[in-house]
Amino acid sequence: MYTQGLDQGGAEQTALSETDEKMAAFQQRIDAEEKIEAKDWMPEAYRRTLIRQISQHAHSEIIGMQPEGNWLTRAPTLKRKAILLAKVQDEAGHGLYLYSAAETLGVSRDQMVADLLSGKAKYSSIFNYPTVSWADIGAIGWLVDGAAIMNQIPLCRCSYGPYARAMVRVCKEESFHQRQGFEIMLTLCRGTEAQKAMAQDALNRWWWPSLMMFGPNDSESKHSAQSMAWKIKRFSNDELRQKFVDVTVQQAEFLGISVPDPDLTFDEESGHYKFGEIDWQEFMDVVAGNGPCNKQRLAKRVDAHEGGEWVRDAAQAYANKQSARAAA
Amino acid sequence: MSKQEWPLYEVFIRSKSGLSHRHAGSVHAADDQMALDNARDTYTRRSEGVSLWVVRSDRIIASDPAETAAFFEPAEDKIYRHPTFYEIPDGVENL
Repeated sequence: MYTQGLDQGGAEQTALSETDEKMAAFQQRIDAEEKIEAKDWMPEAYRRTLIRQISQHAHSEIIGMQPEGNWLTRAPTLKRKAILLAKVQDEAGHGLYLYSAAETLGVSRDQMVADLLSGKAKYSSIFNYPTVSWADIGAIGWLVDGAAIMNQIPLCRCSYGPYARAMVRVCKEESFHQRQGFEIMLTLCRGTEAQKAMAQDALNRWWWPSLMMFGPNDSESKHSAQSMAWKIKRFSNDELRQKFVDVTVQQAEFLGISVPDPDLTFDEESGHYKFGEIDWQEFMDVVAGNGPCNKQRLAKRVDAHEGGEWVRDAAQAYANKQSARAAA
Repeated sequence: MSKQEWPLYEVFIRSKSGLSHRHAGSVHAADDQMALDNARDTYTRRSEGVSLWVVRSDRIIASDPAETAAFFEPAEDKIYRHPTFYEIPDGVENL
């Protein structure tokens, strides 16, 4: 699924010990579109930015399993249930690809998990909204994964090799997610009046949070310029958001439901949709931990981690016994 | 997290017979069999492979990127190893 904010966290400072020469050579490699690999020299700030971004992204995938997992036992048909199960499993897989990429930068898996569980690390604000109806599963696939794809496709060309390669894998699978979401919406929209109303209700609730996924406006985005210079990021938050609105509004029209924005108009001159102001206060509140489900999401993750401890212990004990036997 | 972290394994996938194994990513596992199972579940959910290798990351011996230029230097001045080094006059066929 996806990360946002791609650039949340404290201001980065370059360590003074790093020579200008090394920095210049590094930037030259970036400018020449060379990929940076795990053991290559890199500025500490580049490393820290990537660790923060990739781990936030991984955490988002892991927490992102919860809103959808909420409907696994109540999916309307066995087919839908099997599909949703596969999708939730994919989210876990995406989290693992990304943790694996982040580890190449020298941070341990346990450290990242500890930071998530302690609440120190952030994850995408979108997963702090509840999934109150089956239509929300459609809306998540269509909108949330749709927004994720907009963000992630440019990441396949990110300057850091292991992250770029993980994103290629993620993007291939993400496309299934988005289509299955749209198909749920389409089925509802072609159903009874009540079903169509469910789809509209889900769009009403997920539209604005989906737009927030792209992060703050460019004028407010702290790390964007540096991330662009390092080619971690290829497009600005506002550019990607605009692209998302342009394609999604047309899809909503096809579904016959309407985007909950009275200010939405098509601008003939630019060829883009103009949309209303995002409620940034809501965004800040959710990021700060006060969204509808922040506490519940984290508590559930902590509970799952602690509940699984005996399984990890048992596996470790078995492995120790096996290797002791092999040695004897 | 006072406990010992499970070791890291690098994962290599052969996508079909006739092709080499290719690095896909890594997994953590308590033992070798679990590493294979985890690699299968993480990296081949869509039939991406017909064969998997996993190897403990700490067992891989790698060249040092900082020494790349010096390490590969011996090949730099042996351009006569490439067919394009040799000039063949026009009119000579099948060479």
